[in-house]
Amino acid sequence: MNHWLIAPLVLPLVAAMLILLLVGRRGVQRAVSIGATAGLLPIAILLMCFAGDGEFGVYRLGNWPAPFGIVLVLDRLTALMLLLTAVLALLVVLHAVNGDDRRGRDFHVLFQLQLLGINGAFLTGDLFNLFVFFEILLIASYGLALHGAGAERTRAGLHYVVLNLIGSSLFLIGVGILYAVTGTLNMADLAVKVAAAPPESAALLRASALLLLAVFGLKAALLPLHLWLPALYGHATAPVAALFAIMTKVGVYAILRTYTLIFPADGAAPDVGHWLLPLALLTLAVGAVGVLGSQRLRVLIAYLVVVSVGTLLAGIGLFNTGGISAALYYLPHTTLVSAGLFLLADLIARQRGIHGDNFVLGPPLAQPTRLGVLFFLGAVAAAGLPPLSGFIGKLLLLQAVTPAQAAWLWTIVLTGSLASLIALSRAGSRIFWKTEGDRAVAGQAPLPLFAPAALLLAMSVVMTLFAAPVTRYTEATAAQLLAPQHYIAAVLGVHP
Amino acid sequence: MNLLLIILLPLLGALLPPLAIRYGRSASAWTAAAITLAALLFALGPLVAVFGGAPQEVHWTWLPQAGLDIHLRLDGLAALFVLLILGIGLLVILYARYYLAERDPMGRFYGLLLLFMGAMLGVALSNHLLQLLVFWELTSLSSFLLISYWHHRSDARRGARMALAITGAGGLAMLAGFMLLGHIVGSYQISVILNAGDLIRAHPLYAPMLLLVLLGAFTKSAQFPFHFWLPHAMAAPTPVSAYLHSATMVKAGVFLLARLYPALSGTELWFFLVGGVGLATLLFAAYNALFQHDLKGLLAYSTISHLGLITLLFGIGTPLAAVAGVFHIINHATFKASLFMAAGIIDHETGTRDMRLINGMWKYMPHTATLAMVAAAAMAGVPLLNGFLSKEMFFAETLHLSALGAFSWVLPAAATLAGIFAVAYSARFIHDVFFNGEPIDLPKFPPHEPPRHMKVPVEILVALCLLVGILPAITVAPLLAVAAGAVLNGPLPDYSLAIWHGFNTPFIMSLVALAGGIALYTQRHKLFALHDRVFPGVDARALFWEFITWLMDTAHAMTRALENGSLQRYAALLLLTAVAAIAWPFLNSTAPIAGPVPAAPIDALTLLGALVMMAAAVVTTVWQRQRLTAVIALSVVGLVVSLTFVRWSAPDLALTQLSVEVVTIVLLLLALYFLPQRATVDSSNLRRGQDLLLATGVGGGVGLITWAMLTRPYTTIANYFVENSLPGGGGANVVNVILVDFRGFDTLGEITVLAIAAIGIFALLDNLRLEMPATDDGGRPWSSERYPLVLSQLTRFLLPLALLVSVYLFLRGHNAPGGGFIAGLVTAVALILQYMASGIDWTQQRWRLQYHPIIAAGVLIAAATGAGSWLYDRPFLTSAFGHFHLPLAGEFELATAMLFDLGVYLTVVGVVMLILANLGKLTQRSAGEGGT
Repeated sequence: MNHWLIAPLVLPLVAAMLILLLVGRRGVQRAVSIGATAGLLPIAILLMCFAGDGEFGVYRLGNWPAPFGIVLVLDRLTALMLLLTAVLALLVVLHAVNGDDRRGRDFHVLFQLQLLGINGAFLTGDLFNLFVFFEILLIASYGLALHGAGAERTRAGLHYVVLNLIGSSLFLIGVGILYAVTGTLNMADLAVKVAAAPPESAALLRASALLLLAVFGLKAALLPLHLWLPALYGHATAPVAALFAIMTKVGVYAILRTYTLIFPADGAAPDVGHWLLPLALLTLAVGAVGVLGSQRLRVLIAYLVVVSVGTLLAGIGLFNTGGISAALYYLPHTTLVSAGLFLLADLIARQRGIHGDNFVLGPPLAQPTRLGVLFFLGAVAAAGLPPLSGFIGKLLLLQAVTPAQAAWLWTIVLTGSLASLIALSRAGSRIFWKTEGDRAVAGQAPLPLFAPAALLLAMSVVMTLFAAPVTRYTEATAAQLLAPQHYIAAVLGVHP
Repeated sequence: MNLLLIILLPLLGALLPPLAIRYGRSASAWTAAAITLAALLFALGPLVAVFGGAPQEVHWTWLPQAGLDIHLRLDGLAALFVLLILGIGLLVILYARYYLAERDPMGRFYGLLLLFMGAMLGVALSNHLLQLLVFWELTSLSSFLLISYWHHRSDARRGARMALAITGAGGLAMLAGFMLLGHIVGSYQISVILNAGDLIRAHPLYAPMLLLVLLGAFTKSAQFPFHFWLPHAMAAPTPVSAYLHSATMVKAGVFLLARLYPALSGTELWFFLVGGVGLATLLFAAYNALFQHDLKGLLAYSTISHLGLITLLFGIGTPLAAVAGVFHIINHATFKASLFMAAGIIDHETGTRDMRLINGMWKYMPHTATLAMVAAAAMAGVPLLNGFLSKEMFFAETLHLSALGAFSWVLPAAATLAGIFAVAYSARFIHDVFFNGEPIDLPKFPPHEPPRHMKVPVEILVALCLLVGILPAITVAPLLAVAAGAVLNGPLPDYSLAIWHGFNTPFIMSLVALAGGIALYTQRHKLFALHDRVFPGVDARALFWEFITWLMDTAHAMTRALENGSLQRYAALLLLTAVAAIAWPFLNSTAPIAGPVPAAPIDALTLLGALVMMAAAVVTTVWQRQRLTAVIALSVVGLVVSLTFVRWSAPDLALTQLSVEVVTIVLLLLALYFLPQRATVDSSNLRRGQDLLLATGVGGGVGLITWAMLTRPYTTIANYFVENSLPGGGGANVVNVILVDFRGFDTLGEITVLAIAAIGIFALLDNLRLEMPATDDGGRPWSSERYPLVLSQLTRFLLPLALLVSVYLFLRGHNAPGGGFIAGLVTAVALILQYMASGIDWTQQRWRLQYHPIIAAGVLIAAATGAGSWLYDRPFLTSAFGHFHLPLAGEFELATAMLFDLGVYLTVVGVVMLILANLGKLTQRSAGEGGT
């Protein structure tokens, strides 16, 4: 039995509780938090080595057989998401220990529990357990969103909390319907039972599938449920906003998992297969309009996140190997780059004094060249221009469509890129070039504050250089997702 | 390998000049020059091979999934561009060393220039469409940074953004076009595509593909109507204008036309699109060039016009026209680069570029003037200069065109007209600047010759103009032959590079152009006045920025209209989505909503419970503004739910619900303390009507679904739990065994949720200062008796009893209703009661526990119980139990699940106490500040 499978959950949970016990010893708290987060990285790499062969890791909690007990399932997708979370979290926590973590109480406890929730959502093979981990990650995110206080932040946070409470209720209703029809909660077992459900239950199953899409769409910021995101991300503390870059991807992950495993597009509840692509493209378009209309850098980046969600779900909405593979290449790219941009925006805002990240005439930056080069890199990556990873991801996506879909998808994806290009060049010009006065008003950022943002953005370069192996992995992942019978067999222990 | 090095050297070498600048400006310039020379050196071998008739090719696979491979190919056309890019690049590097001022950061300049150079070499050497696009966009990006080099200037910033937006948009369109082309041919490899011309032209996607590809080419080469970015790119330092915006980057568009010529040309669409746009650009820009007062503006429009000419030549589509197009690429690059450099010298020495001020420079800088005049004469197409030769070929080609039928006179006439304007603006460049009286109010006076080495690049280029013009056969012929051969991808047509072809029609056209141009120039003052009257201030730039501003404003307004910050709207959208999600499948299904299972008969008690619950829910909603009433009514709902659990034999759930209910109501009451007792009506009736509809929709939808679920047959895996609870989990209470064993992991998660909630709320309440109401809404002060004696005395008696009950509930939990969760709630309620009855100070003197560690300990105990099974190499949370016998106590059971339950118990107690005690503390803190 491979106990490493549960390590990404036990480690942050224990770390969080230890930090809670170490009240008042802030240095030690930080050390534990960094240590635990850094520990996730080798674990994630180990798990990826295991899953990379196409093996499934099934961890039966309490040693109860599936579908009766809860299982954790490791496949290529899960391993990819765990690794991404580990990389992101480490760099974010390294940024946070420069002082942002002390702008409110118990940052590190909430941070670790947030990681627990995210990792759990990726690992679990049980739909109700997914709900539990959603609750964990949400309730931790409520705390993190409000970290640092402030009126705007609290308002945006309140909206987020209320909407997600409604979302959680809908989740329960959706799961409830599924349980009523199939009598099970294990996702592999659900896949079997949904496929075998009598036709008179079809409408209920479809309602459940659509309700779950609304729930996951809310997390992922799918139109028209994306409206909470710009204000929340635009006002959150920098490391929180950066960490939240993965939160929308949890929604994307849940959509990918649910609608390839439980409700495949050719199954009893095909609606999502029809609806996802148009909704994703609309999200992309609305996000692009938001990018163009932004008047603050962080809000602009938040809308770039909306655009990326549209791009990702467009790839997934194709429900073919090429589309899913493209989305899975794009997913780590956009997560790391958005997070890097959020941290960078914070560095920029600190050097602009009262002008913050608003696109107004401000003083020159203390480190215009360093920050400028990083911004340029991030902007090129985010807009999807060659030669960085954003371009490769979009190229893979554009090539995955059928000729009939191409007209819409190409137009919207490419126009979205153009809108990002125009908005980002304006933003960069306003912040770095159109300055007033000769002297910077703030001091330079020390290396420890600067490095995490730089490393996050450098990941785009790394993903470009290693595009071929990454794409091989994502293609294998997409193929694995589109052949769910192996997953089912591994979990239920029977061979089809 | 050499081919790759040619590109990589400048791309990677771009990092060096900014580093070398600490050793001085010359070091930086020398580094850049050395890198360029090295690239040229590496290019020599392959170039020689190409001239020997053997194109060079290398390829590596990189990302086959995206069809992205590294395919490099050096053929005649690429060789021509490599020579142009590296040769003129070298001259520009030398020139810029003297052009840039002390305060300009030279390292950045050379770095960006090398970056551009590498990208442009990449475009030239690409044998793969997507790879070409990558380099293509890189040239746009580096051009953006070079135009904005003097970024403190508004025109530089705006010019750069405009160039990036236009060429970037074109590049994205081209990407789509390339992907279509790749789809048509089945390969992105250019050498394959070039041989698939017939397949491409016959394909139904030919037209959209061609349009998209041409969009890329036309934006890059500043063809009408996308031309307007180029004059504003002149805000760049002049070396950049000379290099990017005349000799190389803007040639990328016509390069692409030449590159894909065998594959795409030869259709009517190609002829009319490429030829038409080329002709329009040629005429429009030639006309406009004459009316520019800015020296660089004149050269910019002239560049656009010449690019139009080259485009037109490729559009005509005959082999000879293509040869002429290639020839003109060479000639234009040489004379225009030298003209820009001369203009830069004049700007540098006089401090202005306004031709209305700069006059009579002949006197001050005769050497520069001579060079500039020769180059300008080449631009005008004067015999014995290179511009004359390619222009003759162009004129000749316009005459041999039959495609226009009866209108075949149009093209030669237009060509001659464009020639007239070209002569006129060239004449203006020469006469206005170097003669025409004395200079007027120059910012720098008197001007003098520039540093010796600044003129060397101009001299070399002008010498080339002369050499090619006088001795074409022994200078340019081999280069033209290999380049044109590569463009045509087939045999070369017969052409002669002689400078004298006899007294034929093209020569007459040239003469007409020369004479007409000079005549036109002499009448320029009238023309300027006419131009100002007829076209007053039609400014594409203003239109562009108006559009961009409109775009941003509209986007902002749209976003604000959608994302208006109203939680009500967001929530309504979410609920509407849910209604749609529920309704859609039922509306699109023929199956009835109700299933086959008949409803059970209704008994009076159940009905009564249901009615009470509904009534209470209605009361809560209707009286929600009277908050105390609403909370009480809400608690009735909760209590009836508890009773419902009892009615359907779920004592565990009933107990849990009951205690949760108590804790929740206490929490709500504590929060209500800070809120006004009555809320005002904020919503309009319409709004409330909408909300009512929405609420009915959601409630109805969920009711419908419940009905559908309950009337369908139900099979479940739950029997497994009932059967295995005792033998496998060691507990008779199935609910508890599910909670702590079968699905103990969920429970671990849920207590974590509770812990996070408590920590989060505590963090939120930390340092919170709230206004404490001194009176109620009616103005009555709060009771002065804060802790009623009867309550406090009673609760003290109750405490040990309640604790005893909770221990009892805890211990029996595994086998009978109870368990850690319920026990924890009971304990917490008992403790909270002490706080409420006797006050926080009193309680805390006797009860000095910190709740954070209790929570942490609870979760850790639960987690450690789970991890304990690792010792026996069992999965996390595997339970074990055994029966033990103790004297007096008798037989009892011990299970690891109970340890887990202890964790649950501690967490629940800690969480409830942390939240409630701190909310309570808040009231006390406010009260203390209120002075009571």
